Amino acid sequence: MDWSAFSVSLRLAAFTCLFLLPLGIWWGRVLATAQFRGKGLCEALIALPLVLPPTVLGFYLLQQFGRDAPLGGAWAALTGGGLNFTFSGILLASLIANLPFAIQPIQRAFEHVPANLREAAWCSGLSPWQTLWRIELPLVWPGILSAAALTFAHTLGEFGVILLVGGAIDGETRTLSIAIYDRVQAFDEQGAASMSALLLAISLATLGLVYGLAGKRRWSRG
Amino acid sequence: MGSLASAGGHVDDLIVTAQQAGPIPLNASFRCAPGELLALVGPSGSGKTTLLRTIAGLYQPQQGRVSCAGREWFLAQSGQRHSLPPQARQIGMVFQDYALFPHLTALQNVQLAIGHLPRAQRREQAVQWLTKVRLEGLEARYPSELSGGQRQRVALARALAREPQALLLDEPFSAVDQVTRRRLQRELALLRQQISIPIILVTHDLEEATALADQICVLHNGVSLQQGTPEALFRQPASPLVARLLDRHNVFTGQVVETVHGRRLQWGEWLLEVSEGIAQCEVGESLAWYLPSSDIVLHRRGRPSQGERENPVAATVSEMVVLGGMTSISLRVSHGDMLRFDIATHAAKRNQLSLGERVHVSLLAEGIHLMPAQRTHTASHNKRNLL
Repeated sequence: MDWSAFSVSLRLAAFTCLFLLPLGIWWGRVLATAQFRGKGLCEALIALPLVLPPTVLGFYLLQQFGRDAPLGGAWAALTGGGLNFTFSGILLASLIANLPFAIQPIQRAFEHVPANLREAAWCSGLSPWQTLWRIELPLVWPGILSAAALTFAHTLGEFGVILLVGGAIDGETRTLSIAIYDRVQAFDEQGAASMSALLLAISLATLGLVYGLAGKRRWSRG
Repeated sequence: MGSLASAGGHVDDLIVTAQQAGPIPLNASFRCAPGELLALVGPSGSGKTTLLRTIAGLYQPQQGRVSCAGREWFLAQSGQRHSLPPQARQIGMVFQDYALFPHLTALQNVQLAIGHLPRAQRREQAVQWLTKVRLEGLEARYPSELSGGQRQRVALARALAREPQALLLDEPFSAVDQVTRRRLQRELALLRQQISIPIILVTHDLEEATALADQICVLHNGVSLQQGTPEALFRQPASPLVARLLDRHNVFTGQVVETVHGRRLQWGEWLLEVSEGIAQCEVGESLAWYLPSSDIVLHRRGRPSQGERENPVAATVSEMVVLGGMTSISLRVSHGDMLRFDIATHAAKRNQLSLGERVHVSLLAEGIHLMPAQRTHTASHNKRNLL
């Protein structure tokens, strides 16, 4: 068992969720409630990582992350470090690759909140912020939870993008799924098997938790 | 149309005007005094709900004004524009599908609207409101665990709990069965006695409007055609269009003529005496007129009845529809127009009315309501739009 890879995977998944969920709530709500020019394009770009081969996304990110590229250059100017083959780099890549997983479930959840509930809240004297906290978020909570679970589980399993952008640097960019690949390459089937079982267990537990919690709401029955 | 809102009334009234060319055309104006219930009636798409949303601050017309209890909630006139958000308007609104918060109990739904009181008092106040709408014991239920009628009561309690300065009801009885509807309407009528704020009821149900409202405002294509008491509207609709929207029959055209007995209304071969309004009409003028069906008196066979000498008209029974205790009778007069009125089914039997039979009726002069063209201009204008 490669515990350092396990730790990298967990950190990557946790940070990805931490950064993406607020963005997912914000953008999910905007996409569900607002009408604006270019909304379709916006949604298409967000969904792109779903259909794009991870290696293709990884390749473009690798190019963009170079110190000569605008993004990589800006990052270097800001932090003094590079993006390729660093934890920051795979985190940024993971944020982009997980956009659809974080935004779409939340957007669907917001779409299912009837517009007149918001209006009823305003007419009851609640400010837009209070409406968000007390009415909308409790109602879209299952969507947020499933976005978190999907993002978390998907990050744990991400392979192509991470490998291209991060390589397999021990303790920095080698995640559990890359470690499994390495073990198989090295004919260490035992090691690969135990790590695969661990990933399977975590994924199952995450999804089980989400669906278990989602079914527990008394008010949604009836 | 500004005349409706500016005529009479008090500064405490809820005063609403709204004008815009599109996307939803509006040219409406009405007012409602504290303690009064005003029903906005009209077919779907007539702008009823849009006007209600305008009052609530959920919609802003290009031009108009909403003021209530002396406060300007919305003003968009001659370069001025200011609008209070819904939170600042102090309205209680009952939505058509009630819009209860599904994740909150009945009590929490009501409690949420009591933000204006200290936290410690809110729960007690919410319990009191639920008791007022007869939901004691159901405080802990979620909306999904309540019946349609109970949900409507929670919505009403939530709207009133805010201690609003105007109560807005958007088709509040449309989603429940008839028995529940009757009961809820009765409860609203009782509850009204306890609150003295303007109440606006949006409905397409004329019976409901008549039963509950002090005033009715008839809307069509966003235009307010007439506001008045139900009685006034049903007896004196401003135009043939208003009469049609109010489901009134017996709208005809006639001509003003001068006879030796005075001015008369010529209708086919008949010269009708008219109690009011004919003196102001010009001789030769062709105009629409209306007679409430209650003012058509059937002459009994062989026995003179009251008012028999008043505008007697002979006609042929062309249709008889028995609807329970009442029978709807259609009579064709010689020039083809149809008079329609209802009589008790037993009276129809006693008079041995049957299809094709020749009968006599009196058209009471007091009931004849003239609708000269200039007064019905707006209405006919709208009719054109409709076509």
